[in-house]
Amino acid sequence: MSEKRRLLLFLVGAVGVAAVYCAGIRNMPPWGTYRGPYGDVIASLAVFQRHATDTVNAITYDYRGFDTLGEEFILFSAVTGVMLLLRPETKEKRRRATEGENPASFRDSAALSETVQVFTTGVFGFSVLFGIYIGTHGQLTPGGGFQGGVIIAAAPMLLYVAENFEAFHRILSHPLMELMEALGAAAYAVVGLIALAFGAPFLTNVLPLGKTGDVFSSGTIALISALVGVEVAAGFMLVTFEYLREILSRQKNEED
Amino acid sequence: MMILGVGLLALIAVSAFVIVRTDDVTNQLLALGFYGLLFALMFFLFQAPDVALSQITVGAIALPLMFMLAITRMKHHGELKAERKTEKRDE
Repeated sequence: MSEKRRLLLFLVGAVGVAAVYCAGIRNMPPWGTYRGPYGDVIASLAVFQRHATDTVNAITYDYRGFDTLGEEFILFSAVTGVMLLLRPETKEKRRRATEGENPASFRDSAALSETVQVFTTGVFGFSVLFGIYIGTHGQLTPGGGFQGGVIIAAAPMLLYVAENFEAFHRILSHPLMELMEALGAAAYAVVGLIALAFGAPFLTNVLPLGKTGDVFSSGTIALISALVGVEVAAGFMLVTFEYLREILSRQKNEED
Repeated sequence: MMILGVGLLALIAVSAFVIVRTDDVTNQLLALGFYGLLFALMFFLFQAPDVALSQITVGAIALPLMFMLAITRMKHHGELKAERKTEKRDE
């Protein structure tokens, strides 16, 4: 197909898309209107039914908790997939068997400038604390386990940026993170199963709801949110760990 | 409010175009991080602070980082393969 014909084909398609798009948005509601009834209903019910002031988390971890369970296992299988793809190959396996898995066997880059070090070291503690805060207050304010977990997982990445892989490796244990990821994902399902023991459907909020506004309130919402935080933090750290280890050991291999 | 929203949406469209038109991968990933931050602002403006929080960490940090790590790994893989090829030819 010649250049001219291709352009013609594109123009015909673009005009068609533009026409359909314009027809589609012609009857759009005005800016900022909300017409769905469910949002208003759940926003007025969640505080009384679940003692959770953040409706979004009441939905994700309770009303639609089963969907979130599926989503969590999507992340779990994604992390498993990355680990499977980046598993050590034969040559690397042999090298690791002889040299051991100590970070000294990697060619590590030198630390960056002092400015970066000072800044990231300062932010390290803040990001761990902020992650824990966001993860444990999901039922009260915007946030929750997923957001908190990702913020916590960013802390070791900051340490890698400030120092090097050795520092990253020193504060993280690979088997421990694998265990935490698996436990976090499994505990979510177990919390759902607890409800069955009480004769209620899967993932029913059977724990005491507590006082609205307390950190330990809203029953399973806070518990599941914290468990998701553990799983997400461990999962993200694992992926970063695998990539860094793979890249650095390859650099080392090339030098040999 | 509406002007702010329209301006932000326009800015997102522009930065998406810039990402596509950037040639260097590293610059492209930095632009992608900026694009993720703009998205977080948009979620905040449209009253979804929960999504904004995850967008800041996932869209602006984790996604460009994953891309960066994956590309570094691919580069090494390609270099190793090229080396092996030249070795074979020498034999």
